[in-house]
Amino acid sequence: MEGLLNPRLMRNLLPAFSLTILLILIFYIQPRTMSYLGLNLLLNLALPIAFATLAQMCVMTVNDLDLGIGSFVGFVACVGATFLRDTPAIGILILLGCVGVYAGLGALIHQRNLPSIVVTLGMSFVWLGLALLVLPTPGGKAPDWARAIMTWKTPVVPFTIYASIFVALAVHFLLMRSAYGVVLRGAGGNPRSVERAGWSLLRIKMAMYALAGFFGILSGIALIGLTTSADANIALRYTLLSIAGAILGGGEFVGGRISPIGAVIGATTLTLAGSFLSFLRISPDWQIGAQGGILIIVLALRVLINRMEAR
Amino acid sequence: MNSANIGLKKIMSAPWIWAYLAAFVVWLATVLFTGGQGSIQILSAALSFATFSVIVGIGQMYVITLGPGNVDLSIPATMTFAGAVSMKIMDTQDAMILPGLLIAIGCGAAVGIFNYGLIRALRIPPIIATLSSSFLVQSAAIAYGRGIKIKPPPMLADFTTWRILDIPVLAICVIALAALMSVVLHRTVFGRSVTAIGQNQRAAALAGIPVEFIRFATYVQSAVFAGLCGYLLSGFSGGASLNMGAEYLLASIAVVVIGGTSVAGGHSNVPGLWGAALFMFLLVTMLNTYGLTAGYRLILTGLIIVMVITLAGGRKQD
Repeated sequence: MEGLLNPRLMRNLLPAFSLTILLILIFYIQPRTMSYLGLNLLLNLALPIAFATLAQMCVMTVNDLDLGIGSFVGFVACVGATFLRDTPAIGILILLGCVGVYAGLGALIHQRNLPSIVVTLGMSFVWLGLALLVLPTPGGKAPDWARAIMTWKTPVVPFTIYASIFVALAVHFLLMRSAYGVVLRGAGGNPRSVERAGWSLLRIKMAMYALAGFFGILSGIALIGLTTSADANIALRYTLLSIAGAILGGGEFVGGRISPIGAVIGATTLTLAGSFLSFLRISPDWQIGAQGGILIIVLALRVLINRMEAR
Repeated sequence: MNSANIGLKKIMSAPWIWAYLAAFVVWLATVLFTGGQGSIQILSAALSFATFSVIVGIGQMYVITLGPGNVDLSIPATMTFAGAVSMKIMDTQDAMILPGLLIAIGCGAAVGIFNYGLIRALRIPPIIATLSSSFLVQSAAIAYGRGIKIKPPPMLADFTTWRILDIPVLAICVIALAALMSVVLHRTVFGRSVTAIGQNQRAAALAGIPVEFIRFATYVQSAVFAGLCGYLLSGFSGGASLNMGAEYLLASIAVVVIGGTSVAGGHSNVPGLWGAALFMFLLVTMLNTYGLTAGYRLILTGLIIVMVITLAGGRKQD
C-alpha cells in the first residue's frame, strides 16, 4: 500500500493512467476499435505528433519553448514531398541545414539571453514562408520509402505502436539513462552548477535545439508518409499539440524535468481525445476544447499528487 | 525647464524612437517606389490596421511587464470568442451596440478570470495556463459561431471605418486609450505595482504590494482588451470569423518587443506600441508594393522580428 501511494511513482504513472482510461472508454463505447484496423485508424496520426512532442520536449529540457515547431514540421513536409523525392541529395542537404539552423537558434538564444518564445515565434513565420516558396499550393508527392514505412503492415498490432514504443525507449535511454543525458537535463535544472562543473552551456543548448530540429524532421517525414502529399499549413496545430503533449506526459516547464516515454504517451492521448469525441457523437467543434480539458484535468491531478508529496 | 538640446537627446535615447524611425524608413521606401502615389492612403490604412494590434498590444505589454514567463497566449482565442458572441447577440441591430460592447468586454473578463484561476489553482506557468484555456475558448467560439460570418450592426461598421480627412477616427480613440494606459502605467498605484513586480517580485511582495491581486488584474485586463479588440475588429472587417484572431498572437507580442518593452519585464513602453504596429503594417505594404509573394513576405517579417529581438533583447533583469 505504501509503495502504491508513493507520490513520485504516481506522478510517473499519471500519463499512462490517463491513456489507459481513455482507451478503456473508447473500447467500451466502440468495441470494434479493438481490432488491428480499428487501432490503426485510431492511432494513425499519433506518430508525427509524438515526434513533434519529443522535439518540443528537447527544447523544454533547457527551459525554453518552441512556438515554431508546427510551421517547421510543415516546411519539412513540403521539402519531403518535393526535393526529397525528386532530388534526394538536395533534400537531405536542406534538412541537414535545418538541423544547423536549429542549433544556431539555440546558440543565439543562449548567447544573447533572448526569450525563446519571441525568437521561435518569429521563426515560425520564416518556416511558413519557406514552405510556401517550396510548395506554393498543396501538392507534391511523398517519397516511396516514407510511404512504405508508414503503411508497413506489421504483425499483431499496427506499425505506429511498435514505432512509438521504440522511439520512446530510445529517447528514454538517450536522455534519462546516459551520462551525457544527465548533464543535458541538469542544464535545465541548475545551469550554474552544470557550468561550474566544466560543461559548456552553449554546446548543451545547441545540442538540445539540434535534437529538436531532428525530431521535427522525423515528424514531417512521418506525416507525409501518411498523407502522401504536403501543404505549408499542414502541421500548424502541432505547435500547441506538442506543448500540450509534453506537459501531459509529465514534462515540467522549468527545471529540466522531462519524460520521453510520458511525452509519447501524452501525444497519443491527445490523438485519441479527438476520436473519443466522435465516438461520443460530440461535434468535432469541441475537439481542441477536449484536448485543453484533458490537459487541465491532468495538471489538476498532478497538483493533487504534489500536495500529497508535500504533506 | 529643459533646453531644446537636452530634450532632443532625451528623445533620441528613448527606446521607442527606433520603431517610429523604422516605420518612417519603410514608408519612405514604399512611397519612393510608387513615385509618391498613394502616400497618404498608405499611412491612413496603416493607422487603421495598426489600431487593432495596439489594443491587444497594450494588454500584452502589461502582462509581459510582470516579468519572465508572463505572456498571454489566449489573446487570439479571446478575440474570436468575444467577436462571435457579441456579433451574434447584437444580430445587426443598431440598438444593441452598447450591450454588445459590454458583452464583448464581459467575455474578455471571464476568460481573464479563468486564466488567472488556472495559474493560481494549478500552479502552472502562465504560458501553459493561457495556452490550455485558449484551447477551450477557441472551441467555444467555434461551437458558438458555427462558422457563419454574422454581420455587425451598420452603425458599428460605420463607426469603425469612419474617417475624417483620411484620418481613421477609431485610431484617434485608440491613441487616446494608449495615452491613458501610459498614465495608468506611470502614475497610478496599479501601474507602478506592475512595473515593480516585473523588476523584482520578491522585493515588491516585501514592500507590501498585493502581488497576486495585481497579477490577477493584469491578466483580466489583457483579456478584456482582447475582447474589445475582437468586437471592434468584427465591426471593421464586416463580421466575426473563426480565424480572425490568428495573426494577433504574433502581432501582440511583436509590437511589445519591437516597441522597446523589455521582455525580461519591469520596463515597458507605451508609445513604442504605435510605432511598432505602424512599422509592421507598413513593412507588409512595402513588400506588397515591391511585388513579393506571400512566402517572401512571411520570411522577411519573421527575420525582422528575430533581428529586432536580437538587437534589443538580452537586457538582463539586474
